[in-house]
Amino acid sequence: MRYAETGYNLEIDLSRGNIERVETDPRLTELHLGGLGTNAKILWDRVPPETEPFSPDNLLIFSTGLLVGTPAPGCNRTIVTTYSPQTLLMGYSMMGGFWAPELKYAGYDKVIFRGKSPNLIYVWINNDKVEIRDASHLRGKGAVETAELIRQELKEPNAQVAAIGLAGENRVYMASIEQGRSSASRLGLGAVMGDKGIKAIAVRGTKDINLARPAEFIKLCNDVLEYIKVRAPKLVPEVMPILAGLGSPQEMLHTDEKWHTENFMWGNARVRRKDFWNKEIEEKWKEALETVRTRLISCYNCPMKCGAIISVPGISTYMMKCFSKLTYTMAAFVEDLDFGFKIAQRATEYGVDGFSTPQAMAFGFELKEAGILTDADFAGCPADNEGRFYWLLDRIVRREGIGDVLANGTYWAAQQIGKGAEAYAHNNIKKHEQLPLKLGMLNPIYFLMYSTGEKMNITQIEGNFPQAPFSTMELKEEFVKDWVQAPNDKFKKYVLDWEMRGERSMPFYPPVEACCEIVDWQEKMHHIDDALGLCAGLSSFPLKPPYHIHNLPTFISSATGIDMDEAGLTQAFNRNRNLVRAVNVRRGLRRADEKPPEDHWKKRFPELEEKLLDAYYKFKGWNKDGIPTKESLQELDLGYVAEDLEQRGIIKNE
Amino acid sequence: MSKVKKKVKFIKIDVDKCNGCRACEVACSAFHANPKYSSNNPARSRIRLVRDPLRDVYLPVYAGEHAKAECAGRDKYVIDGKEYSECDFCRASCPSRDVFKEPDSGIPLKCDMCEDDPPQEKPLCVQWCLNDALTYEEREEEVEEEVKLGEMEIGLESMVNKYGLQKVIDTVARMAKKD
Repeated sequence: MRYAETGYNLEIDLSRGNIERVETDPRLTELHLGGLGTNAKILWDRVPPETEPFSPDNLLIFSTGLLVGTPAPGCNRTIVTTYSPQTLLMGYSMMGGFWAPELKYAGYDKVIFRGKSPNLIYVWINNDKVEIRDASHLRGKGAVETAELIRQELKEPNAQVAAIGLAGENRVYMASIEQGRSSASRLGLGAVMGDKGIKAIAVRGTKDINLARPAEFIKLCNDVLEYIKVRAPKLVPEVMPILAGLGSPQEMLHTDEKWHTENFMWGNARVRRKDFWNKEIEEKWKEALETVRTRLISCYNCPMKCGAIISVPGISTYMMKCFSKLTYTMAAFVEDLDFGFKIAQRATEYGVDGFSTPQAMAFGFELKEAGILTDADFAGCPADNEGRFYWLLDRIVRREGIGDVLANGTYWAAQQIGKGAEAYAHNNIKKHEQLPLKLGMLNPIYFLMYSTGEKMNITQIEGNFPQAPFSTMELKEEFVKDWVQAPNDKFKKYVLDWEMRGERSMPFYPPVEACCEIVDWQEKMHHIDDALGLCAGLSSFPLKPPYHIHNLPTFISSATGIDMDEAGLTQAFNRNRNLVRAVNVRRGLRRADEKPPEDHWKKRFPELEEKLLDAYYKFKGWNKDGIPTKESLQELDLGYVAEDLEQRGIIKNE
Repeated sequence: MSKVKKKVKFIKIDVDKCNGCRACEVACSAFHANPKYSSNNPARSRIRLVRDPLRDVYLPVYAGEHAKAECAGRDKYVIDGKEYSECDFCRASCPSRDVFKEPDSGIPLKCDMCEDDPPQEKPLCVQWCLNDALTYEEREEEVEEEVKLGEMEIGLESMVNKYGLQKVIDTVARMAKKD
């Protein structure tokens, strides 16, 4: 018997209309755990590096994590993997919600799509019965609307549906995959889904998931719940409210947006408004949120309420989480939060990424102001800030006129427009739009995460280590006192010694070696989450989470029966991390690509930055160009990867 | 008949506090697995969340007595502007729907308040509901002393349940005549 996982993948060839249930190799679970790890393995083995994202040979993988479907709280993530049309690298975006557990209960760990369907279809997975069904009647329908229509059509209110909207159908590079309150938004995976002709995947499952050592496992789950009860209400001092507790940023709960509105940039990641937040705005925005927020809601088997049902009078209800209430609002320079909720509803139905899309729109209007784009490009566009954003959103998802250009994101749009437009696509890493954040002093830890992260999105890389030093020794001591999550006491010392000013402050403190350890640890926790399907909001993202490097090995071993300790888990992380890197290196990723936006910090330190990157590459077992060395790959049972890279001349035989 | 005091266990359901996570279903199905916690599967749970996020319907319901036949209950309730069907509130596993039944065998399921040895402090669903949508309560009630049925009475009662009292009487009468 297979424990925690089902041991089967669904392989669907859309060109041939073929569906197969394929048993997986348990040895791969031991090596790569599941989720992101096994996705990377499949991509490496089966999709040659020259494959275009919109080629029938590209795979689109919907994966559950290893512990999804078990009683482990917050283990509900779907990890979607393919080659991104935007970055051209491996794209792995994830979503919470209810879809992945339902797939597990239907008896599958992954659904792997290859080929392309000649017509728009949706897939209906009902335990052992799997059908490819016509979706021509759903063409152009909103993502939320599509899910509702499918549930009604199937007469199955308990089916979980992941769907694309118009943006995905039209292969917009910012297209998301939407699923109830969650979405896999980043890197244009919805465009690949649309390219393959998949409108939606509906799942219903009623089978068991088994555990190897149930009594031990359930005790760990109960410990997690007990810990959450104590930790969630106990906020870490000096940390902004949305990040002081547990869960992903508590944007639906909190109404205090002083930090975001005054520290994040408005428009095309340009303008900082230091005195924006005042009493009047505070009251208006509080009322705006409370008027439309019907209920705070959770993902499957998780007590944290990171999402909300949003009902704006006059438009259809949808669900929201995290920061998207502000991304459109701030990019459009609108001071009325009501606009954020209204346009996010339309964007959710269209199925677009709430970070990249507003930025691409603000970028478009900036180009117009600069005279690079012309009035003709915006013929018919309203003049007011709100109206023009709706207008451009409608054009982008339909790929009409200038919308067709901007639909490729700021990097590719700038290339296409030319005339100096490249300078306006200023907030990208590896061709992907970043948070609109521009700061003063270089933060060496964030420099490394931004540069080397292959998830492209800082919120999915950062986490367990404080973002800034605490102001007093008392607070530092208080913080480290019960910091059981730290891998070892060295990390406590970094927190205790780290100061806001003086010798032990940024950018030279934490020292280079410490920065490497801190970044590696944070990345490790994210990678483990993404292999297990565990939500970062209970693990790698907040300070002092219930899951950490010391209890996760036992979670894995008691669930699966696989022997696992901290060293083994670290080895699995390194293996998965290097495999992701190898997939991307084979597609051309090099050191030259690993840099944050030039204007991310005002004060830059080129020498220190080179030193940091050198040291981190070395720490990871990579050469000066960021390519894993033969030796480090061999140590991770990835000898076959080294051989391939050697044959391609990427690893030189020195 | 004399009155006796009886401890009644029940669960208070505050639908306003429900965050829709279905941890109650997870904990219930895991607890009732055999061996305990060895598997889980919300389809086997004895509590079900009737969940329709876009209409803000979040309604946890416990499995009660099995009903042999469909009932006539097709009414609709509108509460706070939200529409519920009578079935949404119903605790019975019955032929008209597939809830509160083992998914493989169709055997009806019923909430047993997580009877355990040693006893659980609260049913598992309540323990796992960190948002307090479910709270466990006990109250004492005076009830009429239960009359213990004899073996024959239990047998006859099930015959009556199955065939109706008149048919059983007729059959017994017919059998008596034969002798």
